Amino acid sequence: MIGPALFVLAFVIMAIGVWGLLVRRNIFRMIIGFSLLDTGVHIFMVAAGYREGGTAPIVDAQATAAQVAANGVDPVPSSLVLTAIVIGLAVTALMLSYAVRLHARSKSLMVDKNKELKW
Amino acid sequence: MILALVIVFGLIMVGGAVAALYTKDMVSAIVASGIVSLLASVLYLVYGAPDVAMTEAAIGSALTTVVFLYAWNRIVKQRQKDKEDHK
Amino acid sequence: MIKRLLLIAVFAGVVLSFLPLTSLLQTRTGVTSLAQQYLNRAPTDYNIPNIVTAIVVSYRGLDTLGEVTVLFAAAVGVSLALGFRRKARPGKDEPVHAEPTKVPASEILQTGAGLLLPLILAFGVYIFLHGHLTPGGGFQGGVVIASGLLLALLAGTFADVPHGLLQVLEMLSGASYVAIGALGLWLGAGFLDPRFLPAGEFGQVYSSGAIPLIYSLVGIKVGSELATVISDLRRNS
Repeated sequence: MIGPALFVLAFVIMAIGVWGLLVRRNIFRMIIGFSLLDTGVHIFMVAAGYREGGTAPIVDAQATAAQVAANGVDPVPSSLVLTAIVIGLAVTALMLSYAVRLHARSKSLMVDKNKELKW
Repeated sequence: MILALVIVFGLIMVGGAVAALYTKDMVSAIVASGIVSLLASVLYLVYGAPDVAMTEAAIGSALTTVVFLYAWNRIVKQRQKDKEDHK
Repeated sequence: MIKRLLLIAVFAGVVLSFLPLTSLLQTRTGVTSLAQQYLNRAPTDYNIPNIVTAIVVSYRGLDTLGEVTVLFAAAVGVSLALGFRRKARPGKDEPVHAEPTKVPASEILQTGAGLLLPLILAFGVYIFLHGHLTPGGGFQGGVVIASGLLLALLAGTFADVPHGLLQVLEMLSGASYVAIGALGLWLGAGFLDPRFLPAGEFGQVYSSGAIPLIYSLVGIKVGSELATVISDLRRNS
C-alpha cells in the first residue's frame, strides 16, 4: 500500500509538469514545468526500487551485510536518480541562461512572440 | 502511519505544483517549486534512499531555487533598464 | 479555441500513455535479480559499506563519467551564453544609467556567514571523504561546497568567486578522474576499476581501494562547476 501511493504521486506530478510545458506560454513557467516533470520522474524511479519493509542499502552497526542482502531496497534506481538530479540542475541552468538572452534580444517572455527563426 | 505522512505530503506537493504554474507573482511560483523539491526529499528518506534525499535537498531545494531567482532578477533588471530608456 | 482543444488532446494522450504502467501498482516484496546480485556481492567485492556508492563509482562508473561530461558541457554553455566579461575601458564605455546603489547585507548575515563558511566547507569535504561509509559522496559534498560559496557571495564576504582557481581545480580534477580510470585499466581489471589500491579494513576511511579518491575528485569537480554556473548567472545582478 505504501509503494503504490508513491507511484500515484509520481504520476500526478509528472502530469502537472507536462501540463505546464504544454499550456503555459511564458518561458519561465515552461521551465518550472520542466523542473516539476523532472522531479516527478525521479520520484517514480525511487518508487520503482522500493520493496515492502525494506531498509536502505548501507551496511552499518544497525544492519549487517546479511540483513541488507535479504531486506534492502533496490540500489540501482538510487544511483541513477543521483546522476539525474545533478544533470537536471545543469540543464535547468542552461535553459534559464538562454531564456535571459532571449528576453534581452526580443523584450518578451511569451513564446508566441518569439517565433521567427534567424535565417 | 507512514501512509498518512505520504498522503499529507502528497497533497501539499500537488497543491504546490499547481500553485507554481498558476500564481501571478513569479517569485511565489519559484518558491513553490522549491517546496515541492523539499517535500520530495523527505519522501525519498522515508522510502529508503538517503543518498538521493541528501542530493535532492541540496540541489533541488536550494540551488535550483537560487538559480531561478538569479535569472528572474536579471529579467527584472532588463525590464527596468528598458523602461528608463524609453522615458 | 482549436489550439486549446488540441493541447488538451495531446495532454490527454500523454497521460493515457502512462496507462500500461499501472501494472506496477501492486506491493512488491522482492527485488530484481540484478539488484539481488549487487546487494549480495558489493560488500565483499570492494569491501565497502555503502552499496549505492559502489554502484555509482565502480559497477556503473562509465555512467558517472558521462554525467561529469554532461555537467561540464552545460557549464560551458552557461558561460558562453551569459558570462561575457567586458573589460572596463576608461573614457569609452561610459555607463549611461546611474548604477543603482547596492544595499549591503545585514549585520546578522555578515557575521553568520563569517562563522559558518569554514564549517560548511569542512562539512562538504567530510561528506565526500566519507562517501563510502555513510550516505553521501561526491555529488552531495560538491553541492554543499558550492552552497557555502553562495552564502559568502550573498553576504558580501567575496565580491566574486575566484574564477581562475575554480577553473584550475575543475581542469585538474576532471583530468585526474580519467587518469585514475586509465590507471585501473593498467593495474586493475578494467577501466575505472578501483581495486589497484589496497582494500583495507571494512569501515575505515582508508579502505575500499580507490573509491574515496575517485569520489573526492568528482566532488571537487562538481563543486567548482556549480560555483562557476552560479557566479555566471549572478553577474550584473
